[in-house]
Amino acid sequence: MRGRLLVSVFEREDDLVQATIAARKEGLEIVDVYAPYAVHGLDRAMGLPPSRLPWVCFLLGLFGAVTMTVFQFWASAVSWPINVGGKPWNSLPAFVPAIFEITVLCGGVGTVLFFFWWAGLRPGLQSAMTDMRVTDDRFALALRQTGAGFNRSAVDSLLKRYHAVLIEERGDAV
Amino acid sequence: MANGVAIVRVPLIAGNKSAADVTREVTAALDAKPSALWWGGLALSSSALLLGVVAISYEIATGIGTWGLNRTVGWAFDITNFVFWIGIGHAGTLISAILFLLRQRWRTSVNRAAEAMTLFAVMCAGLFPLIHMGRPWMFFWMAPYPNMRGSLWINFRSPLVWDFFAISTYFTISAVFWYVGLIPDLATVRDREPGTTRSKIFGFLSLGWTGSFRTWHRYEVVYLLLAGLATPLVLSVHTIVSMDFATAVVPGWHTTIFPPYFVAGAIFSGMAMVLTLMLVARSTMRLQDYITPQHVDAMCFLVILTSGFVGLAYGTEFFTAYYSGSPYEQFAFYNRATGPLAWGYYIMVACNVLIPQLFWLKGVRRNLVVVFIISLFINLGMWFERFIIIVSSLQREFLPSAWTSYRPTSIEISTLIGSFGLFFTCFLLFCRFVPVIAIAEIKGVLRPAHGSHPAHDSYSGYSEEVNPE
Repeated sequence: MRGRLLVSVFEREDDLVQATIAARKEGLEIVDVYAPYAVHGLDRAMGLPPSRLPWVCFLLGLFGAVTMTVFQFWASAVSWPINVGGKPWNSLPAFVPAIFEITVLCGGVGTVLFFFWWAGLRPGLQSAMTDMRVTDDRFALALRQTGAGFNRSAVDSLLKRYHAVLIEERGDAV
Repeated sequence: MANGVAIVRVPLIAGNKSAADVTREVTAALDAKPSALWWGGLALSSSALLLGVVAISYEIATGIGTWGLNRTVGWAFDITNFVFWIGIGHAGTLISAILFLLRQRWRTSVNRAAEAMTLFAVMCAGLFPLIHMGRPWMFFWMAPYPNMRGSLWINFRSPLVWDFFAISTYFTISAVFWYVGLIPDLATVRDREPGTTRSKIFGFLSLGWTGSFRTWHRYEVVYLLLAGLATPLVLSVHTIVSMDFATAVVPGWHTTIFPPYFVAGAIFSGMAMVLTLMLVARSTMRLQDYITPQHVDAMCFLVILTSGFVGLAYGTEFFTAYYSGSPYEQFAFYNRATGPLAWGYYIMVACNVLIPQLFWLKGVRRNLVVVFIISLFINLGMWFERFIIIVSSLQREFLPSAWTSYRPTSIEISTLIGSFGLFFTCFLLFCRFVPVIAIAEIKGVLRPAHGSHPAHDSYSGYSEEVNPE
């Protein structure tokens, strides 16, 4: 799967989206697309599957809820029951606020940590795309140059059709 | 291909800007030499902060006896300030989470600053219960951890414990939400001027963000999930704060209307604080194109709405007291409107119910100086609301022989001033060192000036406009 990348730079969002659609139709392998903001519709243009993060969030939230429910019952009714105003040991309604807060805490913080992990974001990581202005006002499309089927001049003309302002080869490190 | 809505609608961001303009203009504040006004504000707020540090140090060294509390009025300035600040924070989450879920795109101009405001306000709020403990170095006793006393667990049936969970979760989630929103902008600043110290620091914090759409795709999901979690969270936080009161038997506190009443009041006071801060930031940081009269209008409408909720709650409280037939409940409200703190009650009604009605007039909403002044009145009124609820209810409870009055000491007043100092010092530093406007989000709403993608926010298909030639 090794192969050099062909990075093309666009100045307009629409050009980028349409070039991405066209490249995908041609059967080119889209390594990634770079944009200064979340371009709507690009996920479908790239054919990205829906994220699994909602499941992570749900399961972590569920974990938090169950843990906190069990812990409160155990602490209040088993470990050291204390009579507070004659209330029953297992006063479930009174446990709801803490259960809710822990659910949100686990779901929220855990989802973000999974996001960092899956997206490969970590402190101190260097970005390889700093010279393309893709965090400012430009858009970039990175294609993989694979095998004999990759016709450079045909790809170039396809990208030019969508007003690519710059096309250059890069290593695999993007 | 243009659709009618896009033509008729006034663009959210004025000045027909390109994405590069947005980057340049928002980050300009990081490079510009701070103005004399900024230095003046910093000097004032850090002096206030210093006063607060002195007052709190003295209080911790001496004890809570330095406050004007007595056996009848056991909560006063401290808890008033706590509820006031936590309420301020709620508008930030409303803007960042609830308006995001409601697809209110105008929020992009103010959400970064409003979320920062939330963080700083929650910091100020957390301070008060902490010092009210008397021995703040024992604060960790609030957490359920295995200890050498048994283990003696905390009482999970207590609203004060719920509060501990609510406030700490709220602060954590707000901070995470804010940071996640900041990552793309940190990368923008990093790439602007490679090699500088700022670029290195921002590069470290931006976690190697490249602008990869695979990451953006997940990022959008994370943002939506956090908004979905923060929305019930923010409602739960002030609900739980109100339960600190509502679960007590004190007449004037013991009412079921408290949770919605407190949540509406919180958002109301917070919107006023957002207006206060953003109107100043808008003119001093030259953000007129980003925070347009349209944005001010939208915030004024939210103020009118929540002012209506609050006014309705004031009326309902009186009606419920009258209709309950309980002499104690009736007296609590009679006392509120005619007793020794009646002056505070009328300040609260005037500032929270009457003055905001001026926002119905377009002329008032368009005059930003007037809007600013009204927002200050609302801040004042909402502080008094909490003060009246707490002190007027406590000072004349069931037993007339225990009736007393309350007067804040200089230490309490200094602590309140100190909390404002902390808030504004943090906010001024934030304006200098962090992009105050969410750059990446603004670029996403520039559409009318930036191509012809129809119905941008409805996710409608691009496929029909694929035009290879």
